[in-house]
Amino acid sequence: MYSKGLKPLSLATVVTLATAMALVFFYAPLDADQGFVQKIFYVHVPMAIVALCGFVAGGVMAIRHLRSGDPSWDMRAYVAIHLSIILGVGVLVTGSIWAKASWGHWWVWDEPVLVSFLVVFLLYCVYYPLRFSIEDPERQARYASVFAIAAGAFVPLNFVAVRLAEAYTHPRVLSQTGGSLPGDMRLTFLVSLLAMALLFVTLWKLELTAKHASMELKKLRRKLNARVAA
Amino acid sequence: MIRAAKAILRKDLLLELRTKESVPAMTLFTLTVYVLFHFGLDRDSLDGELASGVLWVTLLLAAVIGVTRLFAAEREQGGIDALLLAPVDRTSLFLAKAGALFLFLSAVELVAVPAFALMLLGPDLGGTLPELIAILLLANLGIAAVGALVAALAAETRARELIVPLLLLPMLVPLLIAGAQATEPFLRQQQGPDDLGRWLGLLTLYDVVFVLLSVAVFDYLLED
Amino acid sequence: MGGVALKQKLGDQARGKQLGQPLLAQLAQRRLALLEPVQLHPREHFGRLRELDVRVLHDLHAVAPGVAEIEAAASQDLGARVLETTPHRLAIVHDQAEVAILVGPLGAARGEHEKLVAHVDEGHSGHPPAQLELEQPAVEVERLLQVVDLEHHVVDADQPRHKPQHRLPAVAAIELDGLERRYGERVALAGVTVRVEAGQTLAVLGGNGAGKTTLLRVLAGLLRPHGGVARVLDAALPGERWKLPGRVGYLGHEPLLYRELSGRENLRYHAQLHSVDTGRVEELVAAVGMERRADDPVRELSRGMVQRLAAARAVLHDPALLLLDEPRANLDPAAAELLEPLIGRASGRTRVLVSHDVEGALGESDAVLRLKRGRPVGEDEDLYR
Repeated sequence: MYSKGLKPLSLATVVTLATAMALVFFYAPLDADQGFVQKIFYVHVPMAIVALCGFVAGGVMAIRHLRSGDPSWDMRAYVAIHLSIILGVGVLVTGSIWAKASWGHWWVWDEPVLVSFLVVFLLYCVYYPLRFSIEDPERQARYASVFAIAAGAFVPLNFVAVRLAEAYTHPRVLSQTGGSLPGDMRLTFLVSLLAMALLFVTLWKLELTAKHASMELKKLRRKLNARVAA
Repeated sequence: MIRAAKAILRKDLLLELRTKESVPAMTLFTLTVYVLFHFGLDRDSLDGELASGVLWVTLLLAAVIGVTRLFAAEREQGGIDALLLAPVDRTSLFLAKAGALFLFLSAVELVAVPAFALMLLGPDLGGTLPELIAILLLANLGIAAVGALVAALAAETRARELIVPLLLLPMLVPLLIAGAQATEPFLRQQQGPDDLGRWLGLLTLYDVVFVLLSVAVFDYLLED
Repeated sequence: MGGVALKQKLGDQARGKQLGQPLLAQLAQRRLALLEPVQLHPREHFGRLRELDVRVLHDLHAVAPGVAEIEAAASQDLGARVLETTPHRLAIVHDQAEVAILVGPLGAARGEHEKLVAHVDEGHSGHPPAQLELEQPAVEVERLLQVVDLEHHVVDADQPRHKPQHRLPAVAAIELDGLERRYGERVALAGVTVRVEAGQTLAVLGGNGAGKTTLLRVLAGLLRPHGGVARVLDAALPGERWKLPGRVGYLGHEPLLYRELSGRENLRYHAQLHSVDTGRVEELVAAVGMERRADDPVRELSRGMVQRLAAARAVLHDPALLLLDEPRANLDPAAAELLEPLIGRASGRTRVLVSHDVEGALGESDAVLRLKRGRPVGEDEDLYR
């Protein structure tokens, strides 16, 4: 069910990724101040955007789960959030590298996107302990969905709040993330974003397919056992 | 539904009055944290941003205690089953618990804020009291809504005491930002311009979003 | 005008005639001296309301007005009040000439609006059962009772119930077929099949971990079944679980009482949750012989006293189904006797009794279910090995 369209999707992902990398290395201009390390921007920002969208998408899937009671929606939400958390680690790491390159510190509070991402990341990390501390699978799914919805609503609120706060204390200078990008940077950025998004969806489908298969296996095994026992 | 919420709230307040478990502990905790900050920061008096930050962080940490204890009576004495067996909306339970948390927080602040003024605050509170109260009440509402939701989420889990702070504190960050920024101008030596409208707006937005969300979602919790 | 006469009149007018203003005016004028339900003994009141669906189906079928009629008549009633003490909610369904009304306790209605699906009883006419969903049905019981005078149909709870005048399918109190419940991969209940008629007692026997408590919790609506068919008090589980709260009494291992509050305070709290009159609390306190200690915190009471209060709590809202898990544990014979009319066979309620006292349980039950490792087993199987 989930593997439909997986092949063409994977193909598209590989192609886009390759294109993006080519653009990053050969097409995009070299930054005068920061040099080559600035190119990490093309990884960092798309990752952040895709991760945040993943979190919010997880929340939407969780709503579908609660309303329909269909556990497959919970599985979709779980995988989306799970992948977004992994991407989140990547965001923080690349963000840190970029900060070091740009401002000389491994962490800065000046970037509201990065900061609010940290808070979101810390929150979503609790998803795992919350899930795995509830034994009953149905209840686990339900509580996880409630969390995903609350956290999904939280993401935009948090972003707004942090942005307001930083604007107050650190007046924002037009940084490399916002504002208008020159043409060649913009193209590279957009392609990278597309590649990251495609990568996310492919991985999401892949993981879902694998999980679905193992669940079906479990169901069959349980049926078999019941038949044997009776 | 409101009737049932009132009944549950009354029961919770009665229990708290008898056992005196949550509110005194939370209050004592805030005083202790003030002492810790005194030693940790090595300061006799604070003002402005530092004061605002210390006050709000302390209040949030105290809220964690309150949230962890919110469903304690139900859990320990099997009260949840009684509620599930009664023809009562889950939303009534949410209203009652959020209401209780709101009242507990307000009670704690009645002592904690003057104590803060006495122990750590440099400038006088004086005429800024009405604004402070407005900020605190709005914030309490948000903490109550999110706190009740988190308490219910963590109620049946094994690792409750760990999950509550990890879940609650990040979710309260926007509220912390709004509260601290709103309060800061009132705790400065010379009263400067404040941007109260903006921060109250953020607080209200936060409250509205999370009250609505919690009410919508609470039905799915606490049942099997 | 007496109740019967009004119905006759309404019936006459309804048959073949347009129901117009005269009927509405009449209904509006008619201030039925509906007994103030709040002054009625709650048991009678609830007894009456339980009969309501049967009676009203019958009466309204005779009257056969359209929904618009009833709602219009209802809105004419200026003196209507929301019944303070009842959580019951009504839905009116209209299917051409049929009107059916379901009265159910205020369940945990999910979602942003309450949808009650009501069904038309097919015994009434040739019409096939129809289902309509109404959103936010909101007619108070009182108004409806004023439209159709039910006074002479009130059943005194102390007397045996009438048989319905028309055929309705016999509704068993509990019907289970292949009930299944799992904890993750482990099977807690499987293949449980049993039928219990209203007023009967089912004894559930088994060793520790056999699934007895799980079964009770499923019947209470606290756990949802994972497989099989289950109907409890005419509510299909798990879909119609919301119908159960308020109609089931549970007396389990936990007394479900707050230790820091007094017995009286605990019972008052439960009374408020179930919208039961406080007079009933006093009545039950006396019935379980706890008048002297009712104001002491529960933690100061002996286990036997706590059990008595717990029993009072379980029957406070006059449930149709009682789920009892070792009810006589910790009770001396005198106390057990006190509780007998409340939770025993004489109470007339449908009961599910879990007990390790096999002889005693068999002696007071109509049906037996023996469980071993979650599955039903026969008489010769040793349950306790």
